[in-house]
Amino acid sequence: MKYSEKVMDHFRNPRNVGEMENPDGIGHVGNPVCGDIMELYIKVNDDTITDARFKTFGCGAAIATSSMVTEMVIGKSLSEALKISNQAVVEALGGLPPAKMHCSALAEEALKSAIEDYRSKYKKSRDNEEKG
Amino acid sequence: MRRIYLDYAATTPTHPEVVKAMLPYFTDAFGNPSSIYSYGQEAKGAIDEARDKVASLIGAHNEEIVFTSGGTEADNLALKGAALANENRGNHIITSPIEHHAVLETCQFLEKGKFNITYLPVDEYGMVNPDDVRRAITDKTILVSIMHANNEAGTIEPIAEIGRIAKEAGAYFHTDAVQTVGHIQVDIKELDVDLLSMSAHKLCGPKGVGALYVRKGTKLTPLMHGGEQERRRRASTENVPGIVGFGKAAELARQEMNEEVERVTCLRDKLLQGLLERIDHIRLNGHPVKRLPNNVNISVDFVEGESMLLNLDLEGICASTGSACSSGSLEASHVLLAMGLPHEHAHGSLRFTLGKWTNEEEIERVLETLPGIVARLRAMSPLLKSRK
Repeated sequence: MKYSEKVMDHFRNPRNVGEMENPDGIGHVGNPVCGDIMELYIKVNDDTITDARFKTFGCGAAIATSSMVTEMVIGKSLSEALKISNQAVVEALGGLPPAKMHCSALAEEALKSAIEDYRSKYKKSRDNEEKG
Repeated sequence: MRRIYLDYAATTPTHPEVVKAMLPYFTDAFGNPSSIYSYGQEAKGAIDEARDKVASLIGAHNEEIVFTSGGTEADNLALKGAALANENRGNHIITSPIEHHAVLETCQFLEKGKFNITYLPVDEYGMVNPDDVRRAITDKTILVSIMHANNEAGTIEPIAEIGRIAKEAGAYFHTDAVQTVGHIQVDIKELDVDLLSMSAHKLCGPKGVGALYVRKGTKLTPLMHGGEQERRRRASTENVPGIVGFGKAAELARQEMNEEVERVTCLRDKLLQGLLERIDHIRLNGHPVKRLPNNVNISVDFVEGESMLLNLDLEGICASTGSACSSGSLEASHVLLAMGLPHEHAHGSLRFTLGKWTNEEEIERVLETLPGIVARLRAMSPLLKSRK
């Protein structure tokens, strides 16, 4: 099992690591049984993701895909971001060993879950405004 | 960068003297040991000599040693061989869930046939309770197989006690001693075993050769048919250079054992103590006292094993983990899970196994390197935040 240079680069120097103060959306996916847990935080302004951060418990592939997905979503509209597939993340990383492909699913799931979280909060606040 | 190898339980570098002893048997003394002319007889003599050396390492008679292609084949021969040869007496086999896959998957294979397997529980240290063996034995029990020491957790099992229980019940007793032979004292009379698996590459011998000790009189059906070799217990032209290498490695291990046990234990304790002092939220896996002199297995809270291994590798340090992510499967170590470790602790496990060429400087390098790696990974762990 050998990782690409790109994967090792993101593993050694992960981009956008850490928590975010007052995120607009949080995605929390994975579980201890499979050994991968990822949290993705996003800031949204005018339907565009202006910042993204992550925290990941997992192997090299999980950390690298987490890092890559944050790079890919910053500056994208929500609908564009929702189109990012795990395959696209893997390709951006120059591929993953076959046994590690499932790790990339985590990044896509976390992204979807963060956007969903944002939309449900946004909807709630809009509903509240309308009621008020 | 000078690399630091701390994965001796996976394999060992071949001792230069072993390589030297093997070389003539590829070229000048290339004969087939079954041939009656001088080339053949030279090779046969070399095998006999190696057999004596391996036998004396475990206190056995030379006729009781069957050379195989390695530990896996020795385990297969012991289990399938004893099961098939004794099926008229019963169909029950007792083993444990922490065995090497060579034993576990062979049991699963036998289970698909007419054999019933009991997997005994282990305690938090990975220790089998001899009373559980006693209780599990029925009049159908033909074989008990419990490993001598666990390759991951390092726990040494109460083999002598289990051996006596099996003997009283009239069941054969097999132990996978791949991690102990050549590392700690192994005496087949003390352990009361009928079958014992060994592997050369775990004791600075070559890969591709191992042996099964078969107590005189033990009924065993061979796996390999087609020749007179190994007293008809294992057909196939002998791996002469490999066997000679195994013999040399056994001889060296025997000579150096007492000194090595002391030296390696000292380094192991320094490593473990140092890690416990430098990193918080870590725990030792396996038995604190009844453990292999060369094994340190820790779980590091909040971080995953493969990411630690990769970082260590970038620093030139080679270790191992029980995390699913490094095994190619999606399951964490079956040993650590059987010991009752929560999944995140099994995924966060790290194993260092020391050996012949490990020195103090290398241990210090690990102690200097690992805390920084753990701190960096913890800083990005979502598990740590939830504990704040």
